[in-house]
Amino acid sequence: MLEQLGRKEDVLPYTGKAGNVRKKIIWMISFSVCLIGFIVILSFILSNDNLRVNNASKNLMPSFKYLFGTDWLGRDMFTRTMKGLRLSLAVGVFATVISVTVATLLGTVAAIFGKKIDEIISWFIELFIGMPHLIFMILICYIVGGGIQGIVISVAMTHWTSLARVVRAEVLQIKSAEYIQISQSYGKSVWYIARKHVMPSVFPQIMIGSFLMFPHVILHEASLTFLGFGLSPQTPAVGIILSEAMSHLSTGQWWLILFPGILLILVAKSFDNIGEQLRILLDPTSSNE
Amino acid sequence: MRIAVQPLLKVENLSIGFSQYFRGTQKRVIHPISNLNVDINEGEIVAVLGASGSGKSLLAHAILGILPTNAIYSGSMIYRGVELTKKRKEELRGREISFIPQSVNYLDPLMPVGKQVQIGLDKQSAQERQKMLFAHYGLKESDGKLYPHELSGGMLRRALFATSVREGVKLVIADEPTPGIHPKALKEILKQLRQFAKEGAGVMLITHDIMSAIEIANRVAVIKDGQTMEISAASAFSGTGEQLKTEYARRLWRALPQNDFECQELRWEA
Amino acid sequence: MALMGENLGVYYKKDQWIFKNINIKVSPGEVLGLSGYSGCGKTTLARILAGYILPQAGRVSVDTKHLIQKKFRPVQLIYQHPEKAINPLWKMENVLTETYTPSQDILDAFGIRDDWRKRWPIELSGGELQRFCIVRALNPNTRYIIADEMTTMLDAITQAKILHVFLDICQSRKIGVIVVSHEKSLLHRICDRVYKVGQLC
Repeated sequence: MLEQLGRKEDVLPYTGKAGNVRKKIIWMISFSVCLIGFIVILSFILSNDNLRVNNASKNLMPSFKYLFGTDWLGRDMFTRTMKGLRLSLAVGVFATVISVTVATLLGTVAAIFGKKIDEIISWFIELFIGMPHLIFMILICYIVGGGIQGIVISVAMTHWTSLARVVRAEVLQIKSAEYIQISQSYGKSVWYIARKHVMPSVFPQIMIGSFLMFPHVILHEASLTFLGFGLSPQTPAVGIILSEAMSHLSTGQWWLILFPGILLILVAKSFDNIGEQLRILLDPTSSNE
Repeated sequence: MRIAVQPLLKVENLSIGFSQYFRGTQKRVIHPISNLNVDINEGEIVAVLGASGSGKSLLAHAILGILPTNAIYSGSMIYRGVELTKKRKEELRGREISFIPQSVNYLDPLMPVGKQVQIGLDKQSAQERQKMLFAHYGLKESDGKLYPHELSGGMLRRALFATSVREGVKLVIADEPTPGIHPKALKEILKQLRQFAKEGAGVMLITHDIMSAIEIANRVAVIKDGQTMEISAASAFSGTGEQLKTEYARRLWRALPQNDFECQELRWEA
Repeated sequence: MALMGENLGVYYKKDQWIFKNINIKVSPGEVLGLSGYSGCGKTTLARILAGYILPQAGRVSVDTKHLIQKKFRPVQLIYQHPEKAINPLWKMENVLTETYTPSQDILDAFGIRDDWRKRWPIELSGGELQRFCIVRALNPNTRYIIADEMTTMLDAITQAKILHVFLDICQSRKIGVIVVSHEKSLLHRICDRVYKVGQLC
């Protein structure tokens, strides 16, 4: 439809009213990246001393000294939240990497190796999608025996399915492209075609997929720790912070739950935002709007 | 050719630009179409002739108001004496103005083609009429139950054509309806276009095929790089093309395999 | 020495042959036309001869040998839509040199400008892209070329220019050419012989 858009002769600078969507997208992505970067850096700078039990400063409201207040043991909630988020991010990255690898492998294999294998893998995808996430995760976590590894494995095992579907569809579609058939007629190897033709088109999808998967992963990780599967109570994880705070909520200590909760949502939303903006940027039907 | 007081559709100084990003975030506008002029009278067939990439499909999309959202256009499009606004295009599209798209991808892949032809027809007679249309275009009755991917390219094109035949059509825009079609079906399609014209509708036939253009059109508009090179009577395309106004049109005519198939200067334009 | 298809037959469903018992032969340096209308299987026949698909009946041989997969095929197919035959994510430079490095002579013959090499496919017109596709197919190891509606989408001037250059090169290299087209006047103009596919439909 859009025939020949590249005529250099009649290129004019843009003066329309529509504004520069791309600049806006880049601002939004930068903001999200900064927020996440800020949290990670802070979590390293803040001293572990702030996490010691301190009877002198118990149950304090948020102030300039204690931005998020302190808990019933006198620990600085700001430090706890930052360190908790760092753990969430680390677990999240790890689980996402595993998930994306599984998704890419299975999606590609399903698309390439014929009908039988495709049916088997598709059946597995359906199976995993059909199971309620949280129950399945708790089950896996229980079998593996809890701890960080339990969380990582259970979260990774339950989040690969939708991306695997995307990868499968993408590879299936590109596999029949004329330029790939031509490349085959040149006698190019499967490896060459996968590397030079298939990967460059599928990679953006995988990248966007992982960014969009990430918020799910950290929220589920938080819910697992909230429910008490996995980590020991001393570990500063957001889920644990929230579940501990539950019992103190009735005494009016709202800050224990409000700030960590908001930050968790902000972080999750930031990743979602990055993924969503990248998707708009890379989608040819919307990329020039 | 009938001379109407005012043309059915008059496109003047049409320019279409696309805003596009380059080098990251800088924005620019490119103009695949600039200063395009064409007009159609009632009962007339005008062929818009141009190579792929000359912007002729964009012209159709502009008239129908189905350009992508990053398109900007200027110039005037006057339909029956009144400017074609966005709202008016939407009202007229598929009713008074009928579009026969170029790509068979416009068909819904998940619906049998027979059903798609029935869309927009009077409910009671839809099935009857669809069968008639199919017979008309050399499609079997059993083809109506098939999905688009089960039909060949030429058959799809004919099915596509059947979807656009509606009563009360005043302007038909056909975008490349002819390539790769069986001669019998081709004749049928050209006949149908002529029939539209006979009933008083204006027909805009967008094509790159000179022969089918001059076979049925009254006038031919030659488009190159988004500009109207010339508009001549179809009869001017004959002999050595001495009746044609521009050198480009003459060269185009003489380069045909059934003429001289010539290209004296083998040099490619820089 | 020839590209031969013997007793070729293809069906989609059992006993519904699209065509069968087709015998076809092109010698080096010869230009054979394949005519026929949409749906009669001329594109399928072209793809069989180029080794893209296997026929349900009959066999294809190149200079008495079978076509071997996984090696450069001496029979190259040029498609109707160049924008689909080129990876949209590749710079033209890479498209051009995917199989071999074309000489300056051949680039000049097709008028491929140096600055086009740095462009993306979307920045060139259909005619310009098709010239890249032709050059790409003219690998030194190419013995036969099948042009499936190669110039259908182009204007008459570009069509004439491209075919003149293309047929000249094929002639001088003794490449056998099959031109697939529904346009009879074109086939009669450039082909030594014309073979009609699917008399039935």
